[in-house]
Amino acid sequence: MDLSSINPVLLVASLMIASTPILLAAIGELVAEKSGVLNLGVEGMMIVGAISGFIVAVATGSPAMGFAAAAGAGAALSMIFAILVLVFLSNQVATGLGLTLFGLGVSSLMGQGYVGIRPPASPRLEIPVLSDIPYVGQAVFSHHPVVYISLLLVFLVWLYLRRSRSGLILRAVGESHEAAHALGYHVRLTRFAAIMFGGACAGLGGAFLSLVIVPQWTDGMTAGRGWIALAIVVFASWKPVRVLLGAYLFGGVTVLQLNLQAAGIAIPVELLSMSPYLITILVLVIISSDRGRASAVAPASLGRNFHASR
Amino acid sequence: MKKRTFLATAAALALSAGTGFAQQDSVKAGFIYVGPVGDGGWTYEHNKGRLAVEEHFGDKVETVFQESVPEGPDAERAMTQMALQGADIIFTTSFGYMDPTINVAGKFPDVKFEHATGYKRADNVSTYSARFYEGRAIQGHIAGKITESNKIGYIASFPIPEVIRGINSAYLHAKKVNPDVEFSIVWAYTWFDPAKEADAAKALIDQGADVILQHTDSTAPQAAAAEAGNVYTFGQASDMSEFAPMPRVSSIIDDWAPYYIDRVQAVMDGTWESTDTWDGIGPGMVAIGEISDAVPEDVKAEALAMKDAIASGEYMPFTGPINKQDGSVWLAEGETADDGTLAGMDFYVEGLTGDIPN
Repeated sequence: MDLSSINPVLLVASLMIASTPILLAAIGELVAEKSGVLNLGVEGMMIVGAISGFIVAVATGSPAMGFAAAAGAGAALSMIFAILVLVFLSNQVATGLGLTLFGLGVSSLMGQGYVGIRPPASPRLEIPVLSDIPYVGQAVFSHHPVVYISLLLVFLVWLYLRRSRSGLILRAVGESHEAAHALGYHVRLTRFAAIMFGGACAGLGGAFLSLVIVPQWTDGMTAGRGWIALAIVVFASWKPVRVLLGAYLFGGVTVLQLNLQAAGIAIPVELLSMSPYLITILVLVIISSDRGRASAVAPASLGRNFHASR
Repeated sequence: MKKRTFLATAAALALSAGTGFAQQDSVKAGFIYVGPVGDGGWTYEHNKGRLAVEEHFGDKVETVFQESVPEGPDAERAMTQMALQGADIIFTTSFGYMDPTINVAGKFPDVKFEHATGYKRADNVSTYSARFYEGRAIQGHIAGKITESNKIGYIASFPIPEVIRGINSAYLHAKKVNPDVEFSIVWAYTWFDPAKEADAAKALIDQGADVILQHTDSTAPQAAAAEAGNVYTFGQASDMSEFAPMPRVSSIIDDWAPYYIDRVQAVMDGTWESTDTWDGIGPGMVAIGEISDAVPEDVKAEALAMKDAIASGEYMPFTGPINKQDGSVWLAEGETADDGTLAGMDFYVEGLTGDIPN
């Protein structure tokens, strides 16, 4: 056992990077679910964001434009879902699954000709003063800007849901769309906006994969991260700060197990390999063991379609 | 159900008619891929082989493929579907398709199956693989020479003989030229997950590895190494030349085209038989990608000399004395490994640390 070869500074740094795509997708999905819409298309929106961001970044030479395009593409794809679910009242689960399959296919089509190309480098943002703090500065304060945007988003979503009037309306729509409708709030409009935000965040998360983490385009590169994001929303019992915790826990265990393997720690590799999933399941079980509370925290109208005539 | 039986009978009839006359005018060849054709590595090369078949035979052959087929029960569905669609020969191109291939082959005795990298055969199932370990020996030699930290990272996929052979071969040859060399092995438990492969590469680089060998299919570790700077990598399965001259200093390229053309031809001629093919550098199934200028001239010359020696059969990468990890003797002085042991290799050689997961 030689733990000395693991550098905690680099470990924290790579943890933050590895967790960011999941965090972004999860925080977007949280807002959508808070408004009562279960969108299982996260994986599809992520990967379409990944390729769209990649294409635009390569074409313009600007990673920032790439990220903007990725958010736009994710939002655009989510609008297909929104129209089907909110206007044509299709089943949310089936439509979401369809969106994922569609996204995977469309991204593969769009990505023809982009395999093996290198995107423009995304510079890190060295936060002045803070990044000069020994150890901590390296670990926490010299990342890609999107890492900070994701953290800021978590804070803003928390602020919005807890402290703003429109956040209250969004939650009301998610808890009881009929009551919200009776009070004169726009259920459909609120949900359109929430779904769009979710799509934009997922797209951003996908682009972070293709432009910063990997950085290149390969078919199917999200490899199930959208599903992890969905699990983390439940894991977090629909609370933004817990989403942050969940995403960092998952990303952290993933990175840690690879580091432990590289350091040659004598823990069976099978165990290390499944540990991120194991821990996620474990925490899910613990959270849901308190049944009364678990059912109380899920938005009451989650997954139910709304029509004003009912 | 009825439609299915009808289709199966139709396919069987078409086939028996074909074999009855010993010659077939046109052949339908199916390919099952484990990753997307755009992975830039393993599947990409198999697909190149498929395209070569199309080009070679023109109208006489029709090819179909399905990509990203998970290893497991779903593979059976994909193969069955292909067989029902009238494929005459189906290439299943990943180790994990072994049992599904055998199962489906049992149901379609008139369809020929070709399973890559496995060891189970039947009357209508052939196996084929390449001696990647020959290329790994050359990689190990170069890696041992160019490493400065004496720490080499190895991103392994699944603990199967093919992967273990590669690790052993690379380690033996790195150790030979650099007694201080150490291998850190990370099992990714995936053939294809770019982000995870990148994370694994970063973990190894963070811990001081300056050469990364990979047995996973995407180019993500190459990109991670490029970002880190002074780290060397080798292309896996495909040339990955877009990362040359640094970090990618050479590569192992799988060239399946001649084999695929050969086998499809055999189906056409009615001469197809269940065989076990295991070719290496000599017959050209394994090629070594250009060694870039980042490698010192003398090391490059040595590597090329080794390649020639392996190709001519003069040198066998597993030549004794070699001990197993526990110190027991595997090969005595001058003894070479037999194919049976190699095909089922489930042990590390002496000097490697850690256990092989099972």
